[in-house]
Amino acid sequence: MSGMPQPYGLLAEVTHRCPLHCIYCSNPLALLERQDELGTEDWLRVIREAAELGVVQVHFSGGEPLVRGDLETLVAECRRLGLYTNLITSGLGLTESRAKSLVSAGLNSAQLSIQGDAAESTNLVAASKRFDKKEAAARIIREAGLPLNMNVVLHRLNLSRLDAIIDICELWGAERLELANSQYYGWALRNRDLLMPSKAQLDDAVGVYERRKAELGDHMEILWILPDYYEPYPKPCMGGWAQNALTVAPDGTVYPCPVAAEITTMNFASVRDHDLAWIWQKSEAFQAYRGTAWMPDPCQSCPRKELDFGGCRCQAFALTGDAGRTDPVCMHSPDHHLVQDALVRANQEDVTEDEELLRKKLVYRRPTVSAHQR
Amino acid sequence: MDETDLTAIPKLATKAMLKHDNVRDVELLLLPERVVLLNKSGAAILGLCDGSRTVRQLVVQLEEDFDAADLGNDVMTFLQDARGRGWVVVT
Repeated sequence: MSGMPQPYGLLAEVTHRCPLHCIYCSNPLALLERQDELGTEDWLRVIREAAELGVVQVHFSGGEPLVRGDLETLVAECRRLGLYTNLITSGLGLTESRAKSLVSAGLNSAQLSIQGDAAESTNLVAASKRFDKKEAAARIIREAGLPLNMNVVLHRLNLSRLDAIIDICELWGAERLELANSQYYGWALRNRDLLMPSKAQLDDAVGVYERRKAELGDHMEILWILPDYYEPYPKPCMGGWAQNALTVAPDGTVYPCPVAAEITTMNFASVRDHDLAWIWQKSEAFQAYRGTAWMPDPCQSCPRKELDFGGCRCQAFALTGDAGRTDPVCMHSPDHHLVQDALVRANQEDVTEDEELLRKKLVYRRPTVSAHQR
Repeated sequence: MDETDLTAIPKLATKAMLKHDNVRDVELLLLPERVVLLNKSGAAILGLCDGSRTVRQLVVQLEEDFDAADLGNDVMTFLQDARGRGWVVVT
């Protein structure tokens, strides 16, 4: 790897506020509040600095980005700078007039999440009764002339419904569907034992995915995001640390990946104190795991080190407390037993069917302790 | 290539956006979850897919712009591929 990489994508997490309470949310457990959020002027500056740095795509996410009334202003600035914009939304809060004003501002595409194929799934997974809003949002997105991209997080509680989930997305007119097997960060890690599928469940789901993919052809693109705990090698997380993209959190802290806030041993700089170029090029956190020189063995001597970059730093930290270790997903990792143990449990226990019992055991994403009292 | 292909009118898909990247000095095609690095000819072809001209007119324009001849087959091959990838719609 030679020279300083330039990021293509900016994930603008404009808020942590969200009407949903998903049990696998990748936001940190300590959710930021409204008063912590960057104002409009700061976000406009971040967008301009990102464009200068090489960013060509801005993904507005959260939380639910629609809770910010200035989203149109931010989208318009992206349009002015020739940046492609994507709205990542739960669909709640997306009215016809909002969609229209966002499209007028220059929004290029939208990605709508669902939790399953019916109202019960949204209730169990997100503690929300507004599945109807998602169906409405799908229609609103299409009628606004935007391509409808959809995504669903897959896990132990909904994998058996995969066929029906794909049906719903097809019915609602999705062009593209991401089937994202749950990744265990943030809230998902808290709920891991209840979310982790068994091998048999996954094998069935892979069969469904392959059959439907062949049937759908060009009609709807479907993607299968691998369940990494079941893989022999780790995912090439983010294409390597601080290589292609960056995330700006609601309070202006900048991360090389959306879940890096979990690495509590590192200091991540804020756009309140530094410009984006300095943070990307010079800050200690961004340089820490860039390239391959930092790698310990077994990664350093591994022929795969330029393929998977040692896996995910956030996962290494979450499972071992050291972000510099090999991702424990890797079969060669000295910490691989941490992953294996979780899989053994997932394949011993029966899938709990009782919803009331499940609801009691699950930890729903909610602001717990005020950030100002920590 | 047949006559119907030449009279078709290609247009860049709504979800797609062409961009000259000033930072890297390259031509890009931007899609919801993808960034495609285009070569000069690909960028030139897609740049003319604005729904205002037929494939035949597009070929004539390109041959003029590039001071070249017999680009028809190359353009058709590229457009068929681009259509298959969902970058271009044809009416």
